[in-house]
Amino acid sequence: MNIEVIAFGIAKDILNSKSVSLSLEEGSSVGMARQSLINQFPQFTTLASLQLAVNTEYVEDDYILKENDEVVLIPPVSGG
Amino acid sequence: MTLSREELIRYNRQIILPDFGVEGQQKLKNAAVLIIGAGGLGAPNLQYLTAAGIGRIGVVDFDEVSLTNLQRQVLFNTEEVGQSKALTAIEKLQKLNPDTHFDCYQTAIDASNAMELIAKYDLVVDGSDNLPTRYLVNDACVLLGKPLIYGAIFRFEGQVSVFNQLNDDGSRGPNYRDIFPSPPPPEMVTSCSEGGVFGVLPGIIGAMQANEAIKVITDMGASLSGKLLLFDSLDFSSRYLNIKSNSKNPVSGTDPSITELIDYEAFCAGPDLVKEQIDSIKVGELKEDGSAYFVLDVREDYEYEISNLGGLNIPLSEINDRQAEIPRDQKVVVHCKSGKRSKQAIELLKKAGFQNLLNLEGGILAWQKEIDHSMAVY
Repeated sequence: MNIEVIAFGIAKDILNSKSVSLSLEEGSSVGMARQSLINQFPQFTTLASLQLAVNTEYVEDDYILKENDEVVLIPPVSGG
Repeated sequence: MTLSREELIRYNRQIILPDFGVEGQQKLKNAAVLIIGAGGLGAPNLQYLTAAGIGRIGVVDFDEVSLTNLQRQVLFNTEEVGQSKALTAIEKLQKLNPDTHFDCYQTAIDASNAMELIAKYDLVVDGSDNLPTRYLVNDACVLLGKPLIYGAIFRFEGQVSVFNQLNDDGSRGPNYRDIFPSPPPPEMVTSCSEGGVFGVLPGIIGAMQANEAIKVITDMGASLSGKLLLFDSLDFSSRYLNIKSNSKNPVSGTDPSITELIDYEAFCAGPDLVKEQIDSIKVGELKEDGSAYFVLDVREDYEYEISNLGGLNIPLSEINDRQAEIPRDQKVVVHCKSGKRSKQAIELLKKAGFQNLLNLEGGILAWQKEIDHSMAVY
């Protein structure tokens, strides 16, 4: 299945894009999506502790993804 | 404290709003708001909240107006470069609204004064520019039971939320630590001075914060409590995420481990383990023994042009491709503006086998501050 990863802040730099498509096995969890991102973008390990959101909700790593879900990466930003 | 005839005229356009009325105006007049930072976010908050008729406003900012502020901080002008931000802001705001009482704090907020400062106000607006302060202000507001209007910006993006708002059932809404339980490594957190910021963005995000502050005080509409707004000015998209209170939140959860303020600089600096892997040098040491080192400047060429230490200029993005230009048989001091990019450059070069690198602590900013005051900074 395909899911969309939407990146904000510095995560956009790591992914080199605001959104990337991830191809995962059916029934994959958010934790597996996280690992897949780390494999594809090694620098993402620096944000490994980031809480991930799916569509409009923050979720735990055992959350099971569905086709076309959007995984949102929101690192803290400090500017004011 | 009832409203005077002049106040009834001044605030007429909002008093006649449905759900606002004289009662709403009275609530604003009775309210005391603390604004942390009089910069990109703080300034628009100050302007709108002063105009709206908040009775008492505290302004916390230790800094001075700089030329690099003026591209976005439209409260200030060119003649005011070098003057205290808090004082200058208050001087102008007092003219905007002579009825507002201002408290001026020309100081940095830290764990030693935050509780005392915040305790005197009903609501806090966070317009700070660094992560330690954001965690500090969040924790202090939770410990003191004050609502916190959160805003943060990065390049073209902004975040807004309302933290710790009192719910009808007496509970409190989620806070910063429910979204960001732990800080990422410092090099992943970019300030406006390192990452850049689109000039209009703080105006937009700051005005959104002021919007929420007024609603929370007057108890109007539905606030962003429990929601995080993400705004991207580049493609004009916005997205809302729902935030839930986490029972494991260390300051507001069921078994809190933080019951008083902690050392936020250390908390955000990450484990010492990581820091020890990179050797560093202080500006004073470099000045003393300059000829012993090869200096590598990893800033962009347009930054190099403003001021430099005479080193070889290879921007961070070109480091991997231009390794051959960097000596391996001599101590190399790597520097940038503040010390963040140089750290990243050293990490990259270490992977390529370099073992002779030192990070210049505080970068060119520290050099300007401690060695050469005449050097242009930006």
